[in-house]
Amino acid sequence: MKMAQSNSLQVVVVEQQVRFTLIELCQACHAEQSQLVELVELGALEPEGAAPDEWRFGGPALRRARTALSLSRDLDINVAGAALVLDLMDQIAELKSKLLRAGMR
Amino acid sequence: VEFKDYYATLGVDRKAEQADIKRAYRKLARKYHPDVSKEPDAEAHFKEVSEAYEALHDPEKRAAYDSIGQRPQGGQEFRPPPGWNSGFEFSGRDSGLGSEADFSDFFESLFGRRTGAGVGRGAARSQTGDDHHAKIVIELEDSYTGAQRTISLRVPVADALGHITFQERQLDVTIPRGVREGQHMRLAGQGGQSGGAAGDLYLEVAFNPHGRFRVDGRDVYVDLPITPWEAALGASIVVPTPEGDVQVKVAPGSTPGRKLRLKGRGLPSDPAGDMYVVIRVAMPPADTPEAKEAYAAMQSAFPGFNPRSTMEA
Repeated sequence: MKMAQSNSLQVVVVEQQVRFTLIELCQACHAEQSQLVELVELGALEPEGAAPDEWRFGGPALRRARTALSLSRDLDINVAGAALVLDLMDQIAELKSKLLRAGMR
Repeated sequence: VEFKDYYATLGVDRKAEQADIKRAYRKLARKYHPDVSKEPDAEAHFKEVSEAYEALHDPEKRAAYDSIGQRPQGGQEFRPPPGWNSGFEFSGRDSGLGSEADFSDFFESLFGRRTGAGVGRGAARSQTGDDHHAKIVIELEDSYTGAQRTISLRVPVADALGHITFQERQLDVTIPRGVREGQHMRLAGQGGQSGGAAGDLYLEVAFNPHGRFRVDGRDVYVDLPITPWEAALGASIVVPTPEGDVQVKVAPGSTPGRKLRLKGRGLPSDPAGDMYVVIRVAMPPADTPEAKEAYAAMQSAFPGFNPRSTMEA
């Protein structure tokens, strides 16, 4: 039961504590199920579970899905293209992190 | 309301073909898209570009815009500001109201406040209110200790006629210990209130850039400038960490770039991250006779030292 509470708000860290069903992830991303199914079929999202109604997405899927959807919507690229951008963004993040560990700003 | 020159925003001529406008928009949208751009203020730029395109790509809107003419002379205002207000916590593209929810007052004074076209989207699919997204900027130290923060959100609300107004509301939020940049905090039931159950509110965490510390996941880095003699002879040095000063032993013969690991001094987690102290060696200037003498003495003390040995054939 989700009710607004005026006092002490319960905060959870999505990336650490949340697993989404397909329906929940759609709700969180304002996505149609077909869009997320396509991202799964492309390997851009990797839920556990066999069938869509058994899928469980880890918390980091929220950012990936939102990014892919906003890229696809705002830049008029298809979901496969957005999935490619996601992979490249992961690579950039990895390189940035390497640079940082090597002591560059 | 400040006049907006949408043609200038897109960098196209007032007589540009629709195809040129589309091309200009696509190019700028890629350049400034907040998810991929490394430009400063990418999000604000992206919003301006989107607004300009929204006004110009539709021939009817473009004609309406063209009819009001050029930018007024001498800083005249286009019209008095109706309800001019400060920063939006919700960017339109994140609000769940479609990408036009927070276009400028200028846009709205021309084309009207958005009617409810996009508003019911979530509610139409289910009885649950929309999930909302916003950003929250915290200090690195907040993640170390956990913290209480009051945040202000401007929430778009649609009235019975589908007109959107913004309501300010404040939330007391507990920042969980160990939360990292890019992670999302979920506040159950604090999203859209339409329909039966309320949606959730997601806050994406960013750290206020720190002058001293760099963060990589749960690990934290700090540069430690030391003198050549501290590097050569070793020293015990006080190093600042987000949790307070710690004493660090620099081993004799330390070289620049060497990293000292302070285990468990990174962001709290299970296991906690580490803190890395990166050695920087600072050269003292040779700007007095004594200093020059000291360098000369070093020269004679290291006759065999050749830092360029690897460059020789």
